[in-house]
Amino acid sequence: MISSIVFINHKGEILVYRVYKDDITRSETTQFCAKIVATKENKECPIINIDGTSFIHITIKDIVVLATTKVNVNVAMTLQFLYQLVKVCRAYFGGEFDENCIKKHFVLIYELLDEVMDYGVPQIADADLLKKYIQEGGLKPELMNDVEKLKQLTSQATGATSWRPQNIVYRKNEVYLDVIESVNVLMSVKGTILKADVAGSIQMKCLLSGMPECKFGMNDKLLMQREPRKPGQTTTDKGITIDDLKFHQCVKLPKFDKERAITFIPPDGQFELMTYRITENINLPFKIMPVYNELGKNKLEIRVKIKSIFEKNLFGTNLAIKIPVPKNTANVSTNSAIGKAKHEPEQQGVIWRIKKYPGDFEALLRCEIDLGSTTNQQPWIKPPISIEFQVPMFTASGLRVRFLRVYEKSGYKPTKWIRYITKAGEYLHRL
Amino acid sequence: MSRPSASTSSSSRSSRSRYGKEVKELQDALNQNKIESKRDAIRKIIDAMTRGKDVSMLFPDVAKNMETSNLELKKLVYLYIINYAKIMPDLAVMAVNSFRKDARDKTNPFLRALAIRTMGCIRVKLITEYLLDPLKESIKDEDSYVRKTAAICISKLYDVSPELIEEQGLLKLLENLLNDGNAMVVANAVCALLIVQESKGTTMLQLNPFTIQKILTAMNECNEWGVIYCLDALAMYIPEDGKEAEAILERVSPRLNHNNPGVVLSACKIMMKFLDYLQNPETIRQNALKMTAPLISLLSLGKEPEIQYVALKNINLIIQKRPIIIEKDIKVFFCNFNDPIYIKLQKLEVLAKLANNDNIQQILHELKEYTQEVDVEFVRKAVRTIGRCAIKLEKAAEKCVTALWECLKTKVNYVVMESIIVIRDIFRKYPRKYEMILKDLCENLKSLEDPEAKASMIWIIGEYVDTIENADTLLANFSENFKDEPANVQHQILVAVMKLFLQRPNDGKELIHNLLKTATIECENPDLRDRAYIYWRMLSTDPELAKKIVFTERPTISDSSYTIENELLDKLIENIGNLSSVYTKKPESFVKKLRDVLNSKIADKIDDVYDQDQLMDGRPEDYSDQQGGQSNVYDNTYDTSSQIQSQIQQQQIQQVSQKIDLLELDDNQPQQQQIPQQQQQIPQQQQIPQQQQQIPPQQTQQPNQTQNVRIPFAEVLSVNTPGAQSQIQGLSVEAAFQKNGDKIVLDLKITNKTQDKTFSDFGIKFNKNPFKLQPDAIEIQCQPVFPGQTQVTQSYINTNGPVSEEPPQMPYKIQVAFKTNLDVFYFFIPMSLSVLFSSTASITQQKFIELSQAQNLARKQEVLQIQIDPQRMKEKLERNYFFLIGVRKDERGVELLSYAATLVNGMALLANVIHTPTAINLQLQVPHPTLMPLLYQAIGFILTLN
Repeated sequence: MISSIVFINHKGEILVYRVYKDDITRSETTQFCAKIVATKENKECPIINIDGTSFIHITIKDIVVLATTKVNVNVAMTLQFLYQLVKVCRAYFGGEFDENCIKKHFVLIYELLDEVMDYGVPQIADADLLKKYIQEGGLKPELMNDVEKLKQLTSQATGATSWRPQNIVYRKNEVYLDVIESVNVLMSVKGTILKADVAGSIQMKCLLSGMPECKFGMNDKLLMQREPRKPGQTTTDKGITIDDLKFHQCVKLPKFDKERAITFIPPDGQFELMTYRITENINLPFKIMPVYNELGKNKLEIRVKIKSIFEKNLFGTNLAIKIPVPKNTANVSTNSAIGKAKHEPEQQGVIWRIKKYPGDFEALLRCEIDLGSTTNQQPWIKPPISIEFQVPMFTASGLRVRFLRVYEKSGYKPTKWIRYITKAGEYLHRL
Repeated sequence: MSRPSASTSSSSRSSRSRYGKEVKELQDALNQNKIESKRDAIRKIIDAMTRGKDVSMLFPDVAKNMETSNLELKKLVYLYIINYAKIMPDLAVMAVNSFRKDARDKTNPFLRALAIRTMGCIRVKLITEYLLDPLKESIKDEDSYVRKTAAICISKLYDVSPELIEEQGLLKLLENLLNDGNAMVVANAVCALLIVQESKGTTMLQLNPFTIQKILTAMNECNEWGVIYCLDALAMYIPEDGKEAEAILERVSPRLNHNNPGVVLSACKIMMKFLDYLQNPETIRQNALKMTAPLISLLSLGKEPEIQYVALKNINLIIQKRPIIIEKDIKVFFCNFNDPIYIKLQKLEVLAKLANNDNIQQILHELKEYTQEVDVEFVRKAVRTIGRCAIKLEKAAEKCVTALWECLKTKVNYVVMESIIVIRDIFRKYPRKYEMILKDLCENLKSLEDPEAKASMIWIIGEYVDTIENADTLLANFSENFKDEPANVQHQILVAVMKLFLQRPNDGKELIHNLLKTATIECENPDLRDRAYIYWRMLSTDPELAKKIVFTERPTISDSSYTIENELLDKLIENIGNLSSVYTKKPESFVKKLRDVLNSKIADKIDDVYDQDQLMDGRPEDYSDQQGGQSNVYDNTYDTSSQIQSQIQQQQIQQVSQKIDLLELDDNQPQQQQIPQQQQQIPQQQQIPQQQQQIPPQQTQQPNQTQNVRIPFAEVLSVNTPGAQSQIQGLSVEAAFQKNGDKIVLDLKITNKTQDKTFSDFGIKFNKNPFKLQPDAIEIQCQPVFPGQTQVTQSYINTNGPVSEEPPQMPYKIQVAFKTNLDVFYFFIPMSLSVLFSSTASITQQKFIELSQAQNLARKQEVLQIQIDPQRMKEKLERNYFFLIGVRKDERGVELLSYAATLVNGMALLANVIHTPTAINLQLQVPHPTLMPLLYQAIGFILTLN
């Protein structure tokens, strides 16, 4: 089990230090801070064993969150717990997680650390739940004396649906559903797809009364094959192949395993219902075609053609195409019909930004690069061209939501809102 | 949060006074009535504590505030108390009442749980007793939140006072919590039982179909962390048959879709283990394939890199055990440009494992891409992976070689060097097949900074002396700096030049002559010198035979060096998701606690000899206590030659005192004068009485056997160590294993330091040990030892005992159980390896040469910093059955003595000894590396003790 949890800044100073088991000394930790964090060696491996103590850590911007242990812990759990801990902190600090807010709220962090872990064993680390009984500055005294309320809280915390309290009431029942897909692509110099996948996420915001049971359906091929065909229905949509699905803890896994049905009692408010991964039949929204020429000893030319492959009535937004240039670039002249391209030395590249990009459209950028003289004789190792974009109302995987049914004893019919968006993940083209 | 060192807290006087003022202010604030000022003060204190400042002096002031009704303030006070309770146990008692009161609070379950949780963190034995009542009540609390906290609390208190917890039946209550109606309580009970199980070393969580069902049910309802404890407990279960295994798998496999990677990997752990129990190949296949997608998802982009790293480490194990799980999906293991280096290196490892004749083209294409990246470590590993693929896949070897050829042409220094190293392996695997790249190889001779690359290149030249026309010039160039090269390069130069001479005598004659001369005369490295001597002799006796030997067929190499042996693999599979899988080591190799438990388990077995009931409940908790009293020569570690010096001095001191007592003065021992007077006197005073007592047995029992070195007594049981039942202390035992002719004996000196007890009926039993030592008889022939008395006895030891697979450790100790009429004592008796030397010389000169050339021996150079007359040295070694096998002289007249000894179990120990006036150079060869320090120690003993 975990011996201690420590928050450390990039200089190796301890910001928060909570011991759970006294088999560890502070000096072991300070040694880690001095030797590993302050020297940036922690970037080299997340799990380090020094003299029988394992240091398991993650790095969030400048902050190292560390768990120490002397035993053979479940390290996958430990790492996930550390990430969850950061998530909890962010939920309390309005999304922030940096040295300032840790210093400002350290008392609250200690209080949370006491609750999320006991004797090195993770306990309750759900931010929404924690917020119900741990608040900065203490809870209201009325609550502390209300036996019924307290009972409800503890039974929720340890109960089978710990994510949802009883007796929620909304005047208007609504569900918002966002399908967000990130496309990851790596294309070779010649433009063949080396690998491509879609990492999708379905985000929900439930403003629902009572204890609703939801059933969610999408055009999952495996599910659709199971369904009996209704007479007269056209079966153009055969569904898509989903490689893997991961669910929020509210989803009943055995039921999914048996019937491939996604049923759940949702938490109140916003949460991520599921994530999924798809590698087959991906519709890539953009194609990049670069041409690289060395015009002379100190002159390069890079031409990038970009083509959108989606319907005309849709738009790509906030495109940013990053074309890498050598370190010793002195001057770049660019020429394009659409958007703005600029050399940004701190990024070591030319960034071509286009606010709005229509479907089924081609655009070209030409960059002429003048190189300064350099003593470095090594050839330039060309990083790939990358692109950022968003395409609303488009899914690269072809995923569609088919239904979302809500059953509640009171029998209300909620309003449902559905959005789709596809974003670039790591969308790379080798140069 | 320990106390800071003195230097930080009192750097200067002014800061100290400022510090004092701050403390005063905080005290005042804490004593005020206003909650806000108290809270601010304690915030400041916690802040100081976090930064490592010592604020323990405020304990009384802080503790006063425990009984506040403000929960936030209370939590802060508790945090402070947890931190300092251990160093201030007396003050911590103050907190007890507050805990007891809070734990019985009627309204607020959070307050009750907080008290239970916190009091468990106060790790003071004194307090545990007071906490038992509230704890027992909390186990039966109506609120599940309190019960789940109580479950963990039991495991906390067990760590502080195991006897008390067991006596009070709390472990039983903990077990009962498995039947609790609340899933989270069950999950925590499972977890707590496993914690107790680990420190106790005996099964606490009884896994049977009944409990398994309970855990499976709880798993459906508890939170994600609870699911992990349940899964990890299930993973320890051994299913009765395939049917049961299949039923459990059916319940576990849905967890693969959980979004917590810890849950996914723990589920994989069970699946991998339980698949072994299934019979139907189709069921196995289907279940195995269920893991594919979830494992790959752990690597998808955007997943936290640290988690990807753990996943990769585990995938590497999983595919070795069941390759079918990941066969097709090689693309996910392609490196992304922005992957952290630790992920990239792991991906290469997996790619090398996945490579087959169908996908090699694709993999090679990627690997070539990587060789152009910036990170040197990554590029080198990419090149090495190409080489591994070539060796693994014979059909694809040509493609790989072409890829490496391209690497050579890049002229990037580290790429070229790494390529040469792997090409060497390829040449070894496929001799004479890829000669076409020799020309390009030879163009890169200048840039070889890395010794391994250089050695590889020279090996290649030597291998192809007949093809490479200018091999003689190339080798001549390499030989120029021969003396300054590292050992591995020197070796390759020597071998290559030898090959050159044998193949092209005219071109190599001069070169080999000069080289052999340099190697035999000017080189310090005995290995190299030996090889040169052997070559020289071979050439002068039979050059044709030499050719046969040098160009002999070599064993083929394979890629299997990267695979993990099955036994370890199965152990690691049981640890999927755990640290063990990341380190690729068994848990006990990096967890000290597990080792301790293993050791005490060994002690359990010794108990069988004695009355079982007597020993059931009173086992010593910590063996280190018993060893604590020892101060003897064995305890020093023998890591380096420099370390030994102090030890030898110590031995010399003993030796001197021994000499004085035994009046065996030896004129040939100049070191006697080197010992400073002061040092000499102190040990004398301590040793004299001991030595006097030692004389009688020597005189009475072994008058003719004084020729073996006498190992000094070591204290093995100190007066303060109680027996296994903690009933008695005051017995002191000193012991030494001795060689007595061809017999091994154990000398024991038993001293009774009690006031009124008499010890008698002694018996001794050894734990299993690598050399199968055991006493001839359990009973020890000895008179009763009355208070204040000392008795010396001797027992004969034979080597027909049970064997332990554990290799001997340094210092080598045998664990014994020592029985008396009053109690049983456990301790370790150190042993010098010299005691185990067989008294008959069995190694011939012929055998010695054979052995010294064997591949699997461990070799090491050591220097023994002692001054001893050469004749005396020979005499001493010989007398202690370290037999002289042969003597040879080099041109400068330096004598190289070859010694060998056989251990009682038949293992041969070899040593080449060069005597110099100030030190003895040793070149040791032993069959197992763990024997190395022991042999060194033994020779040290033989030469320094009488």
